[in-house]
Amino acid sequence: MSFLIDSSIMITSQILFFGFGWLFFMRQLFKDYEIRQYVVQVIFSVTFAFSCTMFELIIFEILGVLNSSSRYFHWKMNLCVILLILVFMVPFYIGYFIVSNIRLLHKQRLLFSCLLWLTFMYFFWKLGDPFPILSPKHGILSIEQLISRVGVIGVTLMALLSGFGAVNCPYTYMSYFLRNVTDTDILALERRLLQTMDMIISKKKRMAMARRTMFQKGEVHNKPSGFWGMIKSVTTSASGSENLTLIQQEVDALEELSRQLFLETADLYATKRIEYSKTFKGKYFNFLGYFFSIYCVWKIFMATINIVFDRVGKTDPVTRGIEITVNYLGIQFDVKFWSQHISFILVGIIIVTSIRGLLITLTKFFYAISSSKSSNVIVLLLAQIMGMYFVSSVLLIRMSMPLEYRTIITEVLGELQFNFYHRWFDVIFLVSALSSILFLYLAHKQAPEKQMAP
Amino acid sequence: MASLDRVKVLVLGDSGVGKSSLVHLLCQNQVLGNPSWTVGCSVDVRVHDYKEGTPEEKTYYIELWDVGGSVGSASSVKSTRAVFYNSVNGIIFVHDLTNKKSSQNLRRWSLEALNRDLVPTGVLVTNGDYDQEQFADNQIPLLVIGTKLDQIHETKRHEVLTRTAFLAEDFNPEEINLDCTNPRYLAAGSSNAVKLSRFFDKVIEKRYFLREGNQMTLSPICWEMFSIWIPGFPDRKRFGAGTLKSLHYD
Repeated sequence: MSFLIDSSIMITSQILFFGFGWLFFMRQLFKDYEIRQYVVQVIFSVTFAFSCTMFELIIFEILGVLNSSSRYFHWKMNLCVILLILVFMVPFYIGYFIVSNIRLLHKQRLLFSCLLWLTFMYFFWKLGDPFPILSPKHGILSIEQLISRVGVIGVTLMALLSGFGAVNCPYTYMSYFLRNVTDTDILALERRLLQTMDMIISKKKRMAMARRTMFQKGEVHNKPSGFWGMIKSVTTSASGSENLTLIQQEVDALEELSRQLFLETADLYATKRIEYSKTFKGKYFNFLGYFFSIYCVWKIFMATINIVFDRVGKTDPVTRGIEITVNYLGIQFDVKFWSQHISFILVGIIIVTSIRGLLITLTKFFYAISSSKSSNVIVLLLAQIMGMYFVSSVLLIRMSMPLEYRTIITEVLGELQFNFYHRWFDVIFLVSALSSILFLYLAHKQAPEKQMAP
Repeated sequence: MASLDRVKVLVLGDSGVGKSSLVHLLCQNQVLGNPSWTVGCSVDVRVHDYKEGTPEEKTYYIELWDVGGSVGSASSVKSTRAVFYNSVNGIIFVHDLTNKKSSQNLRRWSLEALNRDLVPTGVLVTNGDYDQEQFADNQIPLLVIGTKLDQIHETKRHEVLTRTAFLAEDFNPEEINLDCTNPRYLAAGSSNAVKLSRFFDKVIEKRYFLREGNQMTLSPICWEMFSIWIPGFPDRKRFGAGTLKSLHYD
């Protein structure tokens, strides 16, 4: 009986998450595009729903809601469904939509998408070989095999994103608060932009006029194509077209300059907007900036320490914090009771911020690279990334929970080498952070040089 | 050569509708081989013969400013784009016939561009429709171009081509639908080419010949709504808007 109640609660929450994913898809991701294939929207929402359900189950585990056996059952079921989606459905549809875009293969779409899917499976399987993630006593198609590989990809992704975020966050805050942008700066830049546009226009006018006179005189303007074309252009004096190519090169350089100026102006506008909020909101962002900068630096530091001293944390922050307070500060309180609540809050915060951060990043990424042709493929790729990200979050979150709550994850996921994942995360995190530092440094170096160029 | 007079025409529309291909086709009579994202603004120039074939024929430069981006961009990008909207003599709105949202977004594009150039008058006519009030003052000639016509199946054409009918209520633009990868849509002598050159003529007229103000042979904003696919478009909308605007004009 209680099983039925529990199941109905789970299903209701799943439907809620599904609805949320649907709305997000419609309102945010596909704001500017027409949804022609509803399959894509359904897949995205389903992936989102099942990923969120996993987090919900963790929270229920900590809070002790629902029956233990029904929780276990739902965990297993959830995991199976998510793996099914991530390994079978989404890759197949990605292949299908890629093939649909190519006109040549239109007739045998299904065949080619199956081929693509088989290639994906092959590489996916090979991925697990170099990593010491499994004990060999498991069969081929068990959950552990699949999850271990999904976990590796997801953890890599998480670490890359976190590394870049950890470096980018203090950098942007610092540059916003250290730079002083005045209106005159912006005006000067805008004037340069318009001047560049005027120069481009005058050159294009010359080109247009030259083309017109050539056309009227009956010369045909064709670029030297092929071997004979080049030989011919050496002998005949096509002065008109020579002139044109020269001017075209100048125009290309000027257009590149105008693009740079445009981006710089947009950047200045963005900076100015943040700085001028000296209101309460501005101070709030100021404080947040400092806080996150310190947090990010600490994270990088900890990752280095973990690797250098070959240390994988055995206890989670909550228990350690409680230990410290109990032992050193002499404050006595009910460890069991408090550890449950604090870990609930901590885990909840981690989950919410990671979901929110991921959705925002996905949206930005989607806007930047999608076009009306490839939007379906990109959304499915994003759904895949999101699913893998969430699965590996579950793997890693285990470290933040006290021992008594880790049991369910350990039970369900079997004998994965969790320590490996943490080490792998630290390594990739560090690599990503260092390369973003390098990248931002180079980008920063280039910017002031351009400002000095006339 | 560079001493010919010039007019400035904006080309606006969502990302990926084909503005760069269109501008390339208009200015160089060639199809653009490798379209890529437009960052900022790209300009091209078309040499146009005003009143071609008549004794008053004169050549002008028409600058086509192809502004990239989307309506939902960050406000910093919008503020930067605004620098291109100064002293505009004509606007071409481009939308994608295969994508409904791009034609819906044209309204927001028009707000963004035209809000910069509204000349305030003393008379305020309220008629309950906020949009009309804003655009009743608009003196800039507009043209709406729908692209990717080749990708629309014959049977769906009628439904697709009535999409921009809502624009007629606000500012009665001329309308052209074509495919930017096929120069025959704008071949000399075709009705599209005629509409296009009539639009450019009106832009030039506005800029250079009608500065004195009220001495005009035709009402400033009341363009006829042509559509070669839907002959006999209901005239009542145009008439209603026209009356309002001519009331407003004095």
